[in-house]
Amino acid sequence: MASKLMEKYLRLERLPHIWCAGCSNGIIMRDVAQAIDNLRLDPKNVVIVSGIGCSSRAAGYMSFNTLHTTHGRALAFATGIKMAKPWLKVIVLTGDGDATAIGGNHLIHAARRNIDLTVVVFNNSIYGMTGGQFSPTTPTGEMATTAPYGSIDPDFDIPKLAEAAGATYTARGTAYHVPQTIKLIENAIAHEGFSIVECVAACPTYYGRKNKKGDAVAMMKLQRDSAVTVKKALEMKPEELEGKIVIGELSRTTRPEYVREYEKIIERAGRVEA
Amino acid sequence: MADRKRALLQGNEAVVEGAIAAGMRFFSGYPITPSTEIAERCALRLPQVGGKFIQMEDEIAGMAACIGASVAGVKAMTATSGPGFSLKQENIGYAALAEVPCVVVNVQRSGPSTGLPTSPSQGDYMQARWGTHGDHPVIAISPSSVQETYFEAIRCFNLAEQYRVPVILLMDEIVGHMREGIELLDPDEVQVFNRLTKEDPEQASLPYDIVPGELVPRITPFGEGIFYNMTGLVHDNWGFPTNSPVKANRQCTRIMKKIEKNTDKIEKYEMRRMEDAEVCVVSFGGTARSVEAAIDEARQEEYKVGSFRPVTVWPFPEKAIAEIASRVRHIVVAELNYGQMKLEVERAAAGRCPVSHIGKVNGTILKPSEIFRLIREVAR
Repeated sequence: MASKLMEKYLRLERLPHIWCAGCSNGIIMRDVAQAIDNLRLDPKNVVIVSGIGCSSRAAGYMSFNTLHTTHGRALAFATGIKMAKPWLKVIVLTGDGDATAIGGNHLIHAARRNIDLTVVVFNNSIYGMTGGQFSPTTPTGEMATTAPYGSIDPDFDIPKLAEAAGATYTARGTAYHVPQTIKLIENAIAHEGFSIVECVAACPTYYGRKNKKGDAVAMMKLQRDSAVTVKKALEMKPEELEGKIVIGELSRTTRPEYVREYEKIIERAGRVEA
Repeated sequence: MADRKRALLQGNEAVVEGAIAAGMRFFSGYPITPSTEIAERCALRLPQVGGKFIQMEDEIAGMAACIGASVAGVKAMTATSGPGFSLKQENIGYAALAEVPCVVVNVQRSGPSTGLPTSPSQGDYMQARWGTHGDHPVIAISPSSVQETYFEAIRCFNLAEQYRVPVILLMDEIVGHMREGIELLDPDEVQVFNRLTKEDPEQASLPYDIVPGELVPRITPFGEGIFYNMTGLVHDNWGFPTNSPVKANRQCTRIMKKIEKNTDKIEKYEMRRMEDAEVCVVSFGGTARSVEAAIDEARQEEYKVGSFRPVTVWPFPEKAIAEIASRVRHIVVAELNYGQMKLEVERAAAGRCPVSHIGKVNGTILKPSEIFRLIREVAR
């Protein structure tokens, strides 16, 4: 039976979802719903935008105005929505490939503008929808169908990338750390400016199987055991942090928000008639 | 009494004035020659009317943000040229399938690839129709003067809203950079069509459920409290992805039919001096200006020649061409490419008369004398 939260925010008639058994995507989708609920946002002021990939299917299951766009372009579509109706809370659900490979340019530029969008990256370190190719977050040396001898590609640190590009709120959670991740998403939505929460997700079907990480439970345990808090990480040496997942709020700063700045442009241009 | 203003404008500037008159309040684009003046004027003009301009990180984002704004109910436009038009194609297909009204201006320049960036061309005629993958509906309009650019920009928005399709304003460098004195309409006399929505919230939550007798869905914009999904996947009436062959067929057929069945309302063309014509010169956009000069010359030497100029270039005015082909001795197609519209003319003429072609792909315009030479040859 569906919980009250699910009844309120999910399109139950669209279930069951397409995700494999043991996939973390459902947990992260629920985290997003819980964060929206905790913030008591009026659902009619919430828009969910997604790209293409397993995680991007989450939009279709959520009961809001939902826009499932093209591969990598969710942030660019979202930018248009936010500019058109600035009072909307626009939340972008995306995957590691969608956000940082094909959509990498949009990610860094949305961050640079500090436009008030919240991005939740479901990072399972693999292209799941197409069957297990390596992504920009697959750790070097790991196996994928397109890295049959192990990947030689270095991987991205998504929050660091976003912070360097100008994001004013960055954080990382995992599918295992549910209450912490909900809070991070909540903070990100409440933050005015470009915010991003990387959510480490397990893909037992492709990433797990290819890399002998065990079943879904084993992969969740791995998230539990690899995670260190931001506070604890500060006391650790770089070699001790090797292979660890640093979770928590990673950066938070204030800069002028893009759409508000544009409102000033409208003032400056001084409404003259068409 | 209408308060019309006169202005000396480039085609690229006139587009913006027409678009604003039609209600455009959002523009997202990327600088590219020879269409950049459109973005520049939008940056200047839109905030003056309470609208918004954004320079995106690339052409793809320019198209995506334009669709996003329209999904939220704001009339939106993007503008580009050659390489940028290629980059926008995937999202143009999204707008076609998800049925999001928008206007895409393509000021054609010489291609392929980076080509001759500052030189005119009409080499994107077929791309305007078939640029994005899959069968899809599209409307494309090609103006041949600055005044017409202004009026057609208004019509582009009205058609986009009415049929919920991406409308391509297929300009060329000639018209884009040409300066002419034009008349700007009084805002009160501009006829503006706004997209239809459903009043009943329950019906509205079925965005793609078609009102009986109509072919275009009435979709409430985002942010109005009507929850639904929109996707680039083939979808059902709720906007949810479907693999059902029956539903897929229904959707993919309807989006084509909504244009096909309304072709007579979308079509627009101009015929000149065709009453006694034995030769008809077909052209569009900036090339039509050279054609008119060539015909003036030819008429002075008593050649019975007239012209046909599609303004709506897609859907192609095939009935009108068929009719002309059955009464003239010869059709000449003049265009700045290797013969793209010629293929359409031949198809419509269906052998009723011979079709000759004069084209150019070296980055210069067709001169009236060159067109006249061919007229003389075929009139013999």
